[in-house]
Amino acid sequence: MGFTVKKEIFEKYIAFTLCGSLDSSTAPQFNEEVRQVILQNPQTLVLYVDELNFMSSAGLRVLIFAKQKLGTAASLILVRPQEQLLETLRMTGLIFSVSIVDQYPE
Amino acid sequence: MSTLDNRIDFYPTNEYRGIKYRRGRVLPFGATLVPNGVNFSVFSSASTSCTLVLFNKNEEEPYAEIPIPDEFRVGNVYAIIVFGLDYENIEYGYRMDGPYDPQNGYRFDKQVVLSDPYAKAIGGRDKWRDDSNLKRNYPFRSRLVFDDFDWEEDNPLETPMEDLIIYEIHVRGFTSHPSSGVRHRGTFAAIREKIPYLRDLGINCVELMPIYEFDEFEHSRENTNTGDLLVNYWGYSTLNFFAPKSGYAATGKYGMAVDELKTLIKELHRNGIEVFLDVVFNHTAEGDHRGPTISFRGIDNKTYYMLTPDGYYFNFSGTGNTLNCNHPVVRNMVLDCLRYWASEYHVDGFRFDLASILGRAQDGSPLNNPPLLESLAHDPILAKCKLIAEAWDAGGLYQVGAFPAYGRWAEWNGKYRDTVRKFLKGDHNTVGQLSQCMQGSPEMYLHRGTTAGINFITCHDGFTLYDLFAYNEKHNDANGENNQDGCNDNFSWNCGCEGETDDPGINILRHRQIKNAMTILMLSQGVPMILMGDEMGRTQKGNNNTYCHDSEFNWLDWSFTKKNFDLLSFARHIIHFRRQHPILRNKEHYSNRDYKESGYADITFHGTKAWHADWSESNTVFAFMLDGHHAKNGFVKDDTIYVAANMHWDALEFELPQLSENRKWYLSVNTSMAPPETFYPLQCEPVLENQSGFIVGGRSVIVLIGK
Repeated sequence: MGFTVKKEIFEKYIAFTLCGSLDSSTAPQFNEEVRQVILQNPQTLVLYVDELNFMSSAGLRVLIFAKQKLGTAASLILVRPQEQLLETLRMTGLIFSVSIVDQYPE
Repeated sequence: MSTLDNRIDFYPTNEYRGIKYRRGRVLPFGATLVPNGVNFSVFSSASTSCTLVLFNKNEEEPYAEIPIPDEFRVGNVYAIIVFGLDYENIEYGYRMDGPYDPQNGYRFDKQVVLSDPYAKAIGGRDKWRDDSNLKRNYPFRSRLVFDDFDWEEDNPLETPMEDLIIYEIHVRGFTSHPSSGVRHRGTFAAIREKIPYLRDLGINCVELMPIYEFDEFEHSRENTNTGDLLVNYWGYSTLNFFAPKSGYAATGKYGMAVDELKTLIKELHRNGIEVFLDVVFNHTAEGDHRGPTISFRGIDNKTYYMLTPDGYYFNFSGTGNTLNCNHPVVRNMVLDCLRYWASEYHVDGFRFDLASILGRAQDGSPLNNPPLLESLAHDPILAKCKLIAEAWDAGGLYQVGAFPAYGRWAEWNGKYRDTVRKFLKGDHNTVGQLSQCMQGSPEMYLHRGTTAGINFITCHDGFTLYDLFAYNEKHNDANGENNQDGCNDNFSWNCGCEGETDDPGINILRHRQIKNAMTILMLSQGVPMILMGDEMGRTQKGNNNTYCHDSEFNWLDWSFTKKNFDLLSFARHIIHFRRQHPILRNKEHYSNRDYKESGYADITFHGTKAWHADWSESNTVFAFMLDGHHAKNGFVKDDTIYVAANMHWDALEFELPQLSENRKWYLSVNTSMAPPETFYPLQCEPVLENQSGFIVGGRSVIVLIGK
């Protein structure tokens, strides 16, 4: 199962579309992408994850990294996570650090 | 740009079979993430060499073994930084070579891969009772953890000790029953779902029974009568002191147990609830000389364990071995461990299992000035943590009232438990001792204040509160030890029938006795502790030693919140009553004097006649009055509170002390009455028609408020 990430920069937010499997082998690549965009101080970072089939703890750690780098004033939004990811976010409590929506922008 | 990653000391100098590494840092011990790699550091005083063993998760054999070069050893510490590791998927351990000479305390065996005493996570039991790798070689492999959890504004709560109301929880038992209605039963995440319940109950501290990694399959066996698998359910047998039990996390199988536990603690804090850990530093899971070699025995047997002169294990814990807590290296490990939990997990306090062992010298003799206990008491990082001792051990050392406290340590007050139980069952010769207990046991803790004692009537070890009034004898047959295990001195009374009964009179009496017990506990000075489920009449069917049952013996049946709603609503009331009235939470002992010149001493004792307490041997009634001017030792004003406890079988009239300043008596609690007249909500208490006397029912307690 591969992993692809596509970055798009909009006027009010930056978006990543993630597909495939985000695990320890692919998380460093995504982490670096996140690190680069956060240098631009976005107020909103949107992750389209409906085609992300798997996220391991390494992937979750990228979310933790992103949220802490963005700061409390900025938003980290996940669009349509699959049920397994959603449940993992609930169990770990990471769900409190992100916003879950069905589409973005609304 | 110059960053940490670019420093030359974060690049490899050596290579072994394609794996790059360099000299490591000796401190901190354990595995630490550093730029580009992982620093491994381990102590061993008598080994001759050390090999770092690396596994991929879920693979039987290691993928690499790196002999740590002798030049990487400083003193007795081996340290190496290894580069290019897959942090998420590796597991590690050590092979230690050295003498095998048990008589002289050496048990090195380089065939065994040992887990790291400082590992922050341990694999092997990722999911509770998953036996898929029971036959695996070296199942308890060390893992890496990240310290990137976002605590936001959270910090330990630092609730004053005298304001605490502790609730003892077994992580699995609290939510494993199907009636719990949670998504992931028996986990940290599930407790989070029950926080609203805990808030409503009114407790402000949960004490978690052991959550350090342990092996639930240790000494597991089948009960030949029932076919049930008996397991190490309570978990008082530690594999590793720094790692949370992965099988208690819904996300354990994803390697996220650390995050799940931290989230639980953060959410409990957000709801004003402190978190204590029940920590077991008296022994490890390696047992005696016949036990498995998992970690400490193979790393440095002679350092970590108290050994007899001929190399066997002292057994002050009753479990086969005794951790050598006052050896300087082990002392530092205990200190490092507690500092880690306090700083990295924001834990608020610790309860030390069989803590008297922590005061024994390396030869097992009790120390007058135990360095470990002193170190913990004065440690700067633990300065605001609560430290609570179970002040006895299995070797006969009993220190309740005499535990070396250094101005910090509190104790489980076993004397309180026994006295209150005896009084409630109507034993003679208890009233004098009870009066001490309700004052915070000044006869034992005169110079240590009321918070030196943790008051409890029940805990995980023994009968539940319901069973205390439903069984005269223990019924431990299901443990498979011919009912020989468990305590025989329970001071219980079955109210007329052993076990369950349809007799309404007996059932009413049992409920009343539970309410009496809760009232006495909540109206005593000191720090009260409630056993999980006692507030709703949880039963263990007369079993007073349920250490091995992963079943309904131990699982809290949440349908009892409805079945025994009268008990639950009463418990909520009396807990909130304690929180409402600061006079019940003085830090210093009552002085039996009127230092506020209110016309009343801070505490006065009464009997059926006001101002005349009856201390005679055959007396079974007791009353006292707390003057509200002396709340919080005179710094706060509260109502006056009068309590009368009648453990005589029949009703008795109590003459009430007269109040000054046109104040009147109001009724808060009368356990002899059926709901809804058992208690009245706060601020809705009815005024007594008769201000000079009150008929207290047999085996009942009343609480009045003077205002």
